[in-house]
Amino acid sequence: MIEVFLAIALLIALTILLSLYRAALGPGVFNRVAAINVIGTKTIVLLVIIGYIFERPLFFDISLLYAILNFIGTLAFAKYLERGEVWS
Amino acid sequence: MVLIDVIVILFLAAGIFFMFTGVIGLLRLPDFYTRLHATGKCDTLGEVLIIAGLLLYHASHYYHEAPLVPVKLLFLIAFIFLANPTATHAIMKAAYMTGVKPWKLGEERR
Amino acid sequence: MNAKSGKGFGILVTFCAMFLFWLLLSGIFDALHIGAGIICSAIIALISHDLLVKGKAEKMLSKSFRFFIYIWWELWQIVLANFDVAYRVLHPKMPIDPCIIEFDTSLRSDLALVTLANSITLTPGTITIDIKDGKFWVHAIAKKPADALLVDKTMQKKVADVFMEW
Repeated sequence: MIEVFLAIALLIALTILLSLYRAALGPGVFNRVAAINVIGTKTIVLLVIIGYIFERPLFFDISLLYAILNFIGTLAFAKYLERGEVWS
Repeated sequence: MVLIDVIVILFLAAGIFFMFTGVIGLLRLPDFYTRLHATGKCDTLGEVLIIAGLLLYHASHYYHEAPLVPVKLLFLIAFIFLANPTATHAIMKAAYMTGVKPWKLGEERR
Repeated sequence: MNAKSGKGFGILVTFCAMFLFWLLLSGIFDALHIGAGIICSAIIALISHDLLVKGKAEKMLSKSFRFFIYIWWELWQIVLANFDVAYRVLHPKMPIDPCIIEFDTSLRSDLALVTLANSITLTPGTITIDIKDGKFWVHAIAKKPADALLVDKTMQKKVADVFMEW
């Protein structure tokens, strides 16, 4: 099954590369924020798959933590763009 | 255990198909609001399907060595179901309040 | 008397939830880790218990049971939503026709509004933009999903049934 996991990880890396095009091109800041949110979401799945390829149970905790960090980062960015400051 | 392996490969293939649909929507659709439709829905389901497939794989092969890992993966699925739509809604509200205009049928791409 | 019983109940529920998370995530059951878990859960429950449980929370058990049944219907709607979005994105002519609609609901509590907003974002063709005092602003991608929210009102009725706020 390790070959199947390697193929899936390569396809996910390909989708990350495709969404970098929208992050570089997108007119305005909002398209770029949406593309970075997508890249962060795909990183979570990539970490879990790498945990199974290398057979280390450490990577599941790291992916749980990165899910929380990505969510809070996107929320802070959206709040800053809407109001001009994060805490009023 | 060949049947469980086939089911795991089906879940993984469906997850990858939805992820590719999401990214193709990100490149192809004409406006910011419609691009958020594609990524907010397809990304969430693709991720949940891939992690559910890996959960089945772990429960069938590695259950006796590490019995608490399926619980961690279930927490991850529940958190992604709650967090991704909320982040999508937060970005969309910020764009609406700042004044980005939505796209109507017949205009050009932005 | 009412305020005091609400506060104690909130602290107890938060402490139990945090300690359960600690035990399930660590997996080691000796005296040092369980002692550290009890101390950390107690500190967090004392500081921020009013984020999780508001007021007295009446009829929580029947609401939780109906919520659990509602989740399975919603999972089926999510799968249908994604087939719809995949059809619209991969079709060579891309049949979309976006518009912004607004409607009124009868829900007032925080948990019910959040559940309805999340369900609208995860189902075919609509995303919540803003909520103000029971009024929803929603961006729809075509006429058919917008009509399912404005005319049929199936999702509002189901969420109002779960939280009993008609």
